[in-house]
Amino acid sequence: MSDGPTYAETCRGSLARQAAEAAAERRSLLEEARCGISCAFGDSRVVAKRYLLHYLRQPRLLVFSTIQPVMFVLLFRYVFGGAIDARALPSADYVSFLLPGILVQATTFGATNTAVGISEDLRTGVIDRFRSLPMSRVAVLAGRTLSDLVRNTFVVLLMTAVGYALGFRFQNGIIAAVGTLLIVIMFSYALSWIYAFVGLTAKGAETAQTASFVVTFPIVFASSVFVPVDTFPSWLQTVAEYNPITKVADAARGLALGDPLPWLQPVLWAMAWIVGIAAIFVPLALWRFRRGD
Amino acid sequence: MDAIHIQDLEKTYGDTVALAGIDLAIPEGIVYGLLGPNGAGKTTVVRILATLLKPDSGRAEVLGFDVLREPELVRRIIGLAGQFAAVDEILTGRENLEMVGRLYHLSAGEARRRTVDLLERFDLIAAADRAVKTYSGGMRRRLDLAASLLNRPAVLFLDEPTTGLDPRSRLGLWDIINDLVREGTTLLLTTQYLEEADRLCQRLAVIDEGAVIEEGTTDELKTRMGGSVLEMRVADGDRLADAAGIVERVARSTPQVDRELGRLTAPAERDGVSLVVRTAEAFDEAGVDVTDLGLRRPTLDDVFLNLTGRKPMQPEDEETPGDAPEPAGVGEGRS
Ligand SMILES: Nc1ncnc2c1ncn2[C@@H]1O[C@H](COP(=O)(O)OP(=O)(O)OP(=O)(O)O)[C@@H](O)[C@H]1O
Ligand SMILES: [Mg+2]
Repeated sequence: MSDGPTYAETCRGSLARQAAEAAAERRSLLEEARCGISCAFGDSRVVAKRYLLHYLRQPRLLVFSTIQPVMFVLLFRYVFGGAIDARALPSADYVSFLLPGILVQATTFGATNTAVGISEDLRTGVIDRFRSLPMSRVAVLAGRTLSDLVRNTFVVLLMTAVGYALGFRFQNGIIAAVGTLLIVIMFSYALSWIYAFVGLTAKGAETAQTASFVVTFPIVFASSVFVPVDTFPSWLQTVAEYNPITKVADAARGLALGDPLPWLQPVLWAMAWIVGIAAIFVPLALWRFRRGD
Repeated sequence: MDAIHIQDLEKTYGDTVALAGIDLAIPEGIVYGLLGPNGAGKTTVVRILATLLKPDSGRAEVLGFDVLREPELVRRIIGLAGQFAAVDEILTGRENLEMVGRLYHLSAGEARRRTVDLLERFDLIAAADRAVKTYSGGMRRRLDLAASLLNRPAVLFLDEPTTGLDPRSRLGLWDIINDLVREGTTLLLTTQYLEEADRLCQRLAVIDEGAVIEEGTTDELKTRMGGSVLEMRVADGDRLADAAGIVERVARSTPQVDRELGRLTAPAERDGVSLVVRTAEAFDEAGVDVTDLGLRRPTLDDVFLNLTGRKPMQPEDEETPGDAPEPAGVGEGRS
């Protein structure tokens, strides 16, 4: 009897080693196939480009996201603005009051397109095509919301330019001005994720559109976007006080106009809403996307 | 190793059983057909294999990679052209393909090169820079197929690839399929065109109500029909039942009855010719008028009819795009 392993043991050992090697090779293959951060960025850019082309090539969307907000600025300034008593406003004139608010309105309405676009992609099978590709699992939604971000930045700058032509001025210097635009853009980015989730969940583009509109419209109007909330009946005031749109509009206004408007508290509130919405809806939308049907 | 290995796959939607336990082993390098009527579960199988859908239970592997545990690896080696073209309407044909190429992580140059190749191969180069919304249904279909080939997949899934194609495009696609197989690609295609399965597939599975009811090479399936088919037409529709009784007695197998055409078909045993004679005599004695009586080679239609008791291409609950009543007309002018 020698101390060495028997033939059977040698065989078993070599089989076990082979199995372990095969498993390791498999793991490294899988590791390599997983789409990392840089791959996720690259894929998101490809997807974002697609959606931006949609904007540029569909007159309906282009009008909805650029001409309509500008028309709203003009409409409120010249049609309703005259009827608004400037003494009831915390600012010198209505256009100063209006512009920060209407930036929030325009980007919020614009965000509903995300729901429609995603739901349309589900129907036509484009999302299925994406899900069958070895691309990043987050890139479709990240790309879509990235394209929204680009569009919103453009819309906000365009509307600010129109506002300047009508007499609006940032009153607290360049940093506060950038802060005004940033808070509006960040809020609309968080909203994109809500609407992405709606688009993934709703049965059909029409439902997505209706659902988005039915919720968005009252929230936007029952806020401080167009007029100060202290003119509302008291029950509506309560609603409006807690409305995130009010917080964001107040924050934008506080940063843009300053004294006598408070800015710190509304900005903190707005940031809390932005972070809160993102913390809930980014994972929720991604989960819904991964799960499929 | 099998290209595709499926074990006891089950999937239900609410009360609907889409797959009731499917097993398949598909060798590498062949065209494998999934044949079945509307709602049989073909698309469900394809979607599970393409990692788009999770089964309730069972296993599925593509080239040894598990679709549930290693979907990232599966997605790298497969191509999918679903039942309905999944192309972007707003982008041009070229942009569609280049985008898919980039999402396969090809370099920009490589994506461009393969895009041009595929546009040429699918006869879309003239329309390459037009928005897809101006494409005809067949052009969209071809673009979708082109997109599924950008990664030069080892295993390709085609869900009713020729539905909605005109005969010329259909022949073109058949050529492409043959080329792909020559290059070593394994294809799983679903079809309702039996003629197509007959021409293209080396093996096929007939599925119905979520279960495989027959599997084998096309020749095996035909041979199981008994080699030949006895077919006759009865002049008087009222006597179809009598005629069926006679055939059952003489041929010792239950005939399939097509009431509209007044046609009976039954698998014929090896001694086909004597069967024809005996059947003719029996009809004569019973005084049943037959207008046509003879033997012919079985088609997959017969196989299907015999297995499911149904005709394969009758649209049941949903509209079948381009449902041609006679599959025989499909590939005319080719062989
Ligand atoms: N998303 C779904 N929700 C509910 N039922 C579904 C869903 N998808 C498929 N089914 C059901 O599952 C069954 C199998 O469907 P499947 O699409 O796999 O059939 P198929 O063989 O591809 O049919 P066809 O030839 O019409 O394309 C059908 O009864 C269908 O109604
Ligand atoms: Mg199907």
